[in-house]
Amino acid sequence: MPQMNMIEAIRDAMDVKMAEDDNVVVFGEDVGYFGGVFRCTHGLQEKYGANRVFDSPINESGIVGTAIGMAAYGLRPCVEIQFADYIYPAYDQIVSEAARMRYRSSAEFTSPLVVRTPCGGGIFGGQTHSQSPEALFTHISGVKTVIVSNPYDAKGMLISAIEDDDPVIFFEPKRLYNGPFDGHHDRPAKNWSAHPRGDVPEGHYTVPIGKADVVSEGSDVTILTYGTMVYVAETVKEETGIDAEIIDLRSLLPLDIDTIVASVKKTGRCMVLHEATLTSGFGAELAAQVQERCFYNLEVPVERVTGWDTPYPHAQEWDYFPGPARVGAALKEMMEAV
Amino acid sequence: MADYKPLQFHVPEPTGRPGDEPDFTDVDIPSAGSAPRPDIDVDPNDIKDLARTMIRVMDKEGNAVGPWAEDIPEDVLMHGLKSMVRTRAFDERMMTLQRQGKTSFYMKCTGEEAIAIAFQQALSKGDMHFPTYRQQGILLAQDYPVVDMINQILSNAKDPLKGRQLPILYSVRDYGFFTVSGNLGTQFVQAVGWAMASAIKGDTKIAAAWIGDGSTAESDFHAALVNASVYKPPVVLNVVNNQWAISSFQGIAGGNSATFAERAHGYGIPSLRVDGNDYLAVYAVSRWAIERARRGHGPTLIEWVTYRVAPHSTSDDPSKYRPKEESSAWPLGDPILRLKNHMIKHGLWSEERHAQAETEFDEEVRAATKEAESHGTMGSGASPKEMFECVFKEMPPHLREQRQKMGV
Repeated sequence: MPQMNMIEAIRDAMDVKMAEDDNVVVFGEDVGYFGGVFRCTHGLQEKYGANRVFDSPINESGIVGTAIGMAAYGLRPCVEIQFADYIYPAYDQIVSEAARMRYRSSAEFTSPLVVRTPCGGGIFGGQTHSQSPEALFTHISGVKTVIVSNPYDAKGMLISAIEDDDPVIFFEPKRLYNGPFDGHHDRPAKNWSAHPRGDVPEGHYTVPIGKADVVSEGSDVTILTYGTMVYVAETVKEETGIDAEIIDLRSLLPLDIDTIVASVKKTGRCMVLHEATLTSGFGAELAAQVQERCFYNLEVPVERVTGWDTPYPHAQEWDYFPGPARVGAALKEMMEAV
Repeated sequence: MADYKPLQFHVPEPTGRPGDEPDFTDVDIPSAGSAPRPDIDVDPNDIKDLARTMIRVMDKEGNAVGPWAEDIPEDVLMHGLKSMVRTRAFDERMMTLQRQGKTSFYMKCTGEEAIAIAFQQALSKGDMHFPTYRQQGILLAQDYPVVDMINQILSNAKDPLKGRQLPILYSVRDYGFFTVSGNLGTQFVQAVGWAMASAIKGDTKIAAAWIGDGSTAESDFHAALVNASVYKPPVVLNVVNNQWAISSFQGIAGGNSATFAERAHGYGIPSLRVDGNDYLAVYAVSRWAIERARRGHGPTLIEWVTYRVAPHSTSDDPSKYRPKEESSAWPLGDPILRLKNHMIKHGLWSEERHAQAETEFDEEVRAATKEAESHGTMGSGASPKEMFECVFKEMPPHLREQRQKMGV
């Protein structure tokens, strides 16, 4: 099976879909000739032509707005917003347009489009290249929100997203593009070649949207997480010896609540772990749902470990980032509480 | 220190407010027939003047004059006039329905009927409008069933949109009528995207984008123009300048500094400014721009100069912000009256037939209203169950759970 990093897997997903379906088009800032600042669309213009893979003006609302019009015509646009931090100008088009198209037109018009966007920190990107705005999308009705954590899922879920008849916001944690980053920024970077999820099948396969992945079974505590934090959780499990069950949610909306509930009922403890800021973050929704459904199974309160409620700082990146030390300390406290 | 005077902040004011006499002396109206008619493959740089003047065909006596005067077939004229009369009858009846408490909301297009209707008549089957909330004429000109429009307005059991969307924000795919948002300006760039798709697929269909003078201030107006400029898709970018955006006159959208048509110049898009109350001019210019798009020459922006005779909506009261008599003082007149005079002058119509048509359409709309009301009014008949449908193609578990909780 071929080895791929996450960039190659994402590119391969678009390649597979473009070869299969003439209606798939790809565009965004720098995605055409150059192939994207993270190289996710490298070579696609050469292969499929500028009619289907092209550069867009620097106007995110324009990117999503034109994609909505194209989708209404019958195309399946897969557009790139260069950084999730740049998605806000497109928010109106996503929230009030793409998300509502099916509802307001009684399915006469739909928005089968994908907005791919790199998110998260860990690359010294400061406040405009590091954010994780996923909760802004799970809070609205009518879009699906996905965050992938490895090359295998990235390809399979991007194919699912392109084939989905509803709009999908597809977050790609940029710190995971080249390897499974575990939060130890001072240690040598790992790459995907040594990781089983770096094995990516050729051709078409899908990973369904709406199913979580139990990446590590355990009995002491459930860690609900996604994106970069999956690897932080794994390394903390190893370092502390706490038998955590780590669930990579992958799809935040729809949410695989059954997998979450089964795990928390088994372990009796639940940590919610994400890189985004704390207040009104997606962790709040997870904590609420776990409390509603598993209250009498909980030994200790649900614990949230997240980025602080500050803008993503530059020099203080590793103070902001919920790395292994913070997660490990919180986990130990949860275990020692009862 | 240099001798700087204190800076002054500028907030444009209209020429009249309530209690003032209407004043349109600053509306420059060139004589009919004076604007040249370029070829459709013209270099945009060669027709910049057409964004500053006003293309007009009908003179004061009702004659069609100048290079934009076309030999419009009689059945087209007849259908255009009747559709305008019908649209006005429809608007009046719907206004009454709202006053009777049978619908929550309505918006009339009084005084602007010629624009949507003549443009629609110049379009072909398969083309797609991305309308705002004041282009009901597009549907009425195509004889879309009036009763279905009313069902939507009443949010009743036969509402094609199942009660989920605000009255008048229709969606009628088969009639080339894209779902109206209710947000402002978003559809302008979507139309450009639709037209880009048509070109990508090697189709021959074109898109028609619609926006008001006020919403040209939206960022999506710029997004639409820059994309239209870059990719040259087959789209006609219509700006309906009806002078008022709720209570803000067109100067608040920047209309005093340059015409709305002139904005296209920075993008190298050919732009025409047209008397929107002159049916003959609207039809001719629409045909020109539509043909230009379909022949692959790219986008055109058209500023249709008109006047919003009606309040913004049933929730608005223009007597609070503009002179009372302003609409009757509007120098471009009433589009229905003008076309009627033209057709009478040419022996195609008469006062009697006009009165008869008014009665006929009033009766038609009354009958349709009665039928629609039998399916419910003001949301009655719309099922709560429908609330959860069409959020996604397949209902995800969390919505199913919420629906069960609600017990529907």
